[in-house]
Amino acid sequence: MSKGLEVVDLHVNVYGKKVLKGVSLNVGYGAIHAIMGPNGSGKSTLAYTVMGREGYEVEQGDIRLDGESILDLPTEERALKGLFMALQDPPQIPGVRLTTLMIAALNKRQGSSDLTRVRDPKVVRRMYSLAEELGLSRDLLQREINVGFSGGEKKRSELLQALVVRPKIIILDEPDSGLDVDGVKKVSEYLVDLKAQGHGIMLITHYARMFKYVKPDMVTVLLDGRVAVQGGPELADLVEERGYAYIRRRYVEGKESTI
Amino acid sequence: MAEQAVKIKEDILKGADSPEILGWLDKPPRAEVELKGKITRSLVEEISRIKKEPDWMRRLRLRSLDLFYKLPMPRWLTGIEEIDLDALSHYVKPEAEFTQDWEELPDYMRKYYEKLGLPELEARFLSGLVAVYDSETVYARMKEYLKKKGVIVLPLEEAVQKYPDLVKKYFLKVFPPADHKFAALHGALWSGGTFIYVPPGVKVREPIESFFLIGRQGEGQFEHSLIVADEGAYVHWIEGCSAPRFVGYSFHNGMVEAYAHKNATIKITTIQNWSRNVINFNNKRGIAEEGARVDWVEGSIGSKMTYVYPSTILKGPYSSTRNVVVTLSKGPYLKDSGSKVIHVAPHTRSKIINKSISADGGVNVYRGIVRILKGAKNASAHVECDSLILDGKSKAHTFPHNQVDEPTAYVSHEAKTGRLSEQQLFYLTSRGLTDDEAKSLIVLGFLDEIMGELPVEYANVLHKVIQLEFSELGAVG
Repeated sequence: MSKGLEVVDLHVNVYGKKVLKGVSLNVGYGAIHAIMGPNGSGKSTLAYTVMGREGYEVEQGDIRLDGESILDLPTEERALKGLFMALQDPPQIPGVRLTTLMIAALNKRQGSSDLTRVRDPKVVRRMYSLAEELGLSRDLLQREINVGFSGGEKKRSELLQALVVRPKIIILDEPDSGLDVDGVKKVSEYLVDLKAQGHGIMLITHYARMFKYVKPDMVTVLLDGRVAVQGGPELADLVEERGYAYIRRRYVEGKESTI
Repeated sequence: MAEQAVKIKEDILKGADSPEILGWLDKPPRAEVELKGKITRSLVEEISRIKKEPDWMRRLRLRSLDLFYKLPMPRWLTGIEEIDLDALSHYVKPEAEFTQDWEELPDYMRKYYEKLGLPELEARFLSGLVAVYDSETVYARMKEYLKKKGVIVLPLEEAVQKYPDLVKKYFLKVFPPADHKFAALHGALWSGGTFIYVPPGVKVREPIESFFLIGRQGEGQFEHSLIVADEGAYVHWIEGCSAPRFVGYSFHNGMVEAYAHKNATIKITTIQNWSRNVINFNNKRGIAEEGARVDWVEGSIGSKMTYVYPSTILKGPYSSTRNVVVTLSKGPYLKDSGSKVIHVAPHTRSKIINKSISADGGVNVYRGIVRILKGAKNASAHVECDSLILDGKSKAHTFPHNQVDEPTAYVSHEAKTGRLSEQQLFYLTSRGLTDDEAKSLIVLGFLDEIMGELPVEYANVLHKVIQLEFSELGAVG
């Protein structure tokens, strides 16, 4: 049985439009798998489909976690099995405090019937210390989720939630966009830590700038909903230097035979 | 003490709401008297005779009955055609003598109240408790120290006998039966309920609760609560209601009249959690004299259809009211609600907060009225109307109506509608919550500020009930 997340020949329709046309890749534990590609190549669609979002219809293929298909599971069960997605632009949830959501997420994982009750004050203390390390104010944790958060605060809050629930596989959809250099560095340090702790990381990014601080173990480049090429970290450097048009010519159209 | 009460209620709830606790009712216990059928003069006379009422009350009933015949069916009521008034039991006297001792109630009845946690709550938290079962008050008691101060807490029937002059002064005067057809019907058929009188300057620290239970299908419950706070007095009255589940429906047409004399304060809190078989009609009105205050908090969760419009007449200068109504319609149910305030005197203030939650095809309607009469100088009114709609099948309608005849008055109105988007729902489910759990978090967040208005014991119960409504358990209710 293979460990981690496996995506096998995935074909996906999003509200009637075909977006993924046969994508296969693996995200193993203790590894970072970078998914790169230009806008519209299907990166976010891949992430949403793995999480089972409504409207993302799998036409063909399979998604497996630790060898078991999760295709028939609703989003929350995929989450409870150990998948977590940090959204690129998470929505505002008026009325619900960030702490409330994190406590509910934890209570749910511990099988508690009352979602909002704090069962162990240590849990809250841990949230606050993690938030502080990430550079989030205590006040922000008590605010309504993403309401009036800056771009950077949203990214940090997404990462904080991942750290709190400790998922097996973390999918990060462009965690670097909207962050300044210090922010990118900070997030990268956490990814390195998470990898060291044995989490599997799917890191979706448009640019290679994060890779200065966090080396991917695997890189997949998506173009037009297909895997254009898969390889090691050197592939990220190639994208950075030559751009996606070059990748397309060389790997999709086969026009460039050498670098 | 408060914490203990919370614990008690929580233990009792143990993950279920009150219709859930009361369970399914196959065969109701035998009633001592049950009057059914067409609403006639002789039916009304018979109720009056059973209660051995003085003549003035009998005549008041008959006058109300005449009004009921004459008045048209209110046009704004939707779905009311489901009620076949002539098929109901209008008066059901349970086989139980009125008592001040829980132990003396019949077993089945005591068990209901024990399941709902009322005896414990009374012992630890309340100043007094009145229990109405079907058409009669079966239990009423208050703390000894309040008796010494001259506070009266009695079944209304007993107050009619013992304090006729006091009752006469207010009864159907705050809410005249001529107002509409159902108020008139209530005046004719009223039975059971609470009379509370707080003498001048007396402050009743802990709340007094009345609990209404409908024990059978096909029943009409017409309980009447009359709350009077004399000069400078303070009282907080809590109203709770529930019913076990049954096959047919029952009809509730209760009335609350509140009269706050000069500088008095009356707070009224209602947690309505009827089972889905109850069509719930309410008539609620308070009058505030100079410097007095009447506050309403209405939490309307259960029932098939509810019509509730807590109203305050600000009769004396510097009187005020705060009117908070929260309605939840989850499933094929209707809540038709709205606060009404009439500013009669100068320097009167009112605040209306209405929050509605619609889910799974539920419908909420808000009909509010703010009237400021000419001469109510510097009166101010503020209305906040928030609707939360959790899916595409559910609806919320808002019909606010302001009528301001005084140029120095100030009226403001805010209305907001929030809809839960697919993206928000996905976000919360991606954290491991089911759709319903995600919704319950959003609903609890929406009600956060309102929870603070409730005594902590009741806020906790409401909190739990909402989580339950949005769980698989709640779906069967």
